[in-house]
Amino acid sequence: MTEIANFISQNLQLIYVVILMVFVGVEIIGHVPTVLHTPLMSGANAIHGVIIIGAILVMLGADSNNILAQSLGFVAVLLGTLNVVGGFVVTDRMLEMFKKKK
Amino acid sequence: MDYIFSLEFIYLVASITYILGLKMLGLPETARRGNLIAAAGMTLAILGTIFLYQGEVATHIYILIGIAILIGTIIGWVVAIKVAMTKMPELVSLFNGMGGASAALIGLIEFQHYTGETLSTATILAGIIIGSVSFSGSMIAWGKLNGTIKKPFRLPKYNVVNNVIILVLVLFAAYITWSSSSSQLFLYILFFGALAYGILFVLPIGGADMPVVISLLNSFTGLAAALGGFLYGNMVMLTGGILVGSAGTILTFAMCEAMNRSLVNVIFGEFGNVSENENESDSHSVKGDIKKTTVSDVAILMNYSQRIIFVPGYGLAVAQAQHAIHELELLLESKGIEVKYAIHPVAGRMPGHMNVLLAETNVDYDKLAEMDDVNPEFQSTDVVFVVGANDVVNPAAHNDTASPIYGMPILDVENAKQIIVNKRSMKPGYAGIENELFYNQKTSMLFGDAKAIIQALITELKGM
Repeated sequence: MTEIANFISQNLQLIYVVILMVFVGVEIIGHVPTVLHTPLMSGANAIHGVIIIGAILVMLGADSNNILAQSLGFVAVLLGTLNVVGGFVVTDRMLEMFKKKK
Repeated sequence: MDYIFSLEFIYLVASITYILGLKMLGLPETARRGNLIAAAGMTLAILGTIFLYQGEVATHIYILIGIAILIGTIIGWVVAIKVAMTKMPELVSLFNGMGGASAALIGLIEFQHYTGETLSTATILAGIIIGSVSFSGSMIAWGKLNGTIKKPFRLPKYNVVNNVIILVLVLFAAYITWSSSSSQLFLYILFFGALAYGILFVLPIGGADMPVVISLLNSFTGLAAALGGFLYGNMVMLTGGILVGSAGTILTFAMCEAMNRSLVNVIFGEFGNVSENENESDSHSVKGDIKKTTVSDVAILMNYSQRIIFVPGYGLAVAQAQHAIHELELLLESKGIEVKYAIHPVAGRMPGHMNVLLAETNVDYDKLAEMDDVNPEFQSTDVVFVVGANDVVNPAAHNDTASPIYGMPILDVENAKQIIVNKRSMKPGYAGIENELFYNQKTSMLFGDAKAIIQALITELKGM
């Protein structure tokens, strides 16, 4: 029991953020027309590419003699970049088409 | 003043751009700007992370990061620009898998640095499981959407097997955590186990349900990113990840609702249970004869109509007939005929996919009618032209309780005066079931490639 209490008190800020963000996410998607579901999913897909920050941190913190960690980290950064760049670009392409309205 | 240039502040700004960007993506007028704002925030966060890092880093590591980002940017950009719009859903799935894989790899590297720290280890292992499932699951979804993997593949008792596997994986992760084990062998067993689960999780699910699966895996990857944020106490990963996790979950439910299926239904496969009785239902669902028609007959029919509604499906996109149908629409309108497109929420391969495809060819946004708006209008419509759509106009959804699509909202095209169905053959649609609409008295079948047929119609109509 004390462990749980400790955990909560030590991570209070993070817990606040998590809870509020859950509600923000739900609110944002609430009333979106079906037309925009695909671009929205694609946009959200690009945003979770934020995992690349973690991959960069892994690389920056990697022991410069640890080849395995560096190789895996390299691949992680590469894949994360694909997620971010590909995600945003393809979303932009989809939305570009809606713009052409006369 | 210095705080403005601190990493925390940059992360705060980036987090706000994600929220704002996602919010703006929900409105047609602001969607494109929203996407760009989120992308700008992401760029800022990435640059900040690299250049404001506190600690000593060997130069070659910076170079490696630079190369990885450069290669990723070039490949990602080129692929995203080059891909045909019909192939878009599988591309989203592919990029989603990349994110999941990245999350899993981070966990694999960080595991050894946190041995003995219960909470961090648990976070890392959860990240590995979720990231791996998202990766291998997305790859299967990608294969299914582009047609590499055709049939749903099911192990005997696959639901039981899958649930046992995930339970074992979670218990195994719990064991590694509590025993403070530093075994790399255990770590990789968990990693490959999770990859296998992702494959087995998606394989039994039918191709028609892939959008829901991709959306679900999308929110999984968000969760994996958030776990990474928790591990590093990194706010931007936490906010971005949780945001996508929760938004993705809601989006998944919205998609299920559009198909009138529950998520449990999609994952544990009511489809599967019904299709086992397929042979039985086939025997009594095929009844009567179909009526074939010709291009010139249809052209005459259209020429003397007042209201026509097009019902495009994925078949239209496969035949690359979007431009042709737009031309047909303009031609008919020049003859004073009212033309509209009825768009089912799941027409194409993803909700809204058909809208994107038609918008690409400059079809006026206002001509695309959503299902609920257009359904009452079919009664006063002279001709409905169904092109490459099947399951979304199947009346079995209304009146056959034994049908796997029973209860799914459909376009009520059978209320129109005449129905013309263009298909390549009598082959059933994505859900693999018969469609009694084709046997309806008011229905005429116009077999052939959508593009060729529509172009022939245009030629005929021009001569009238």
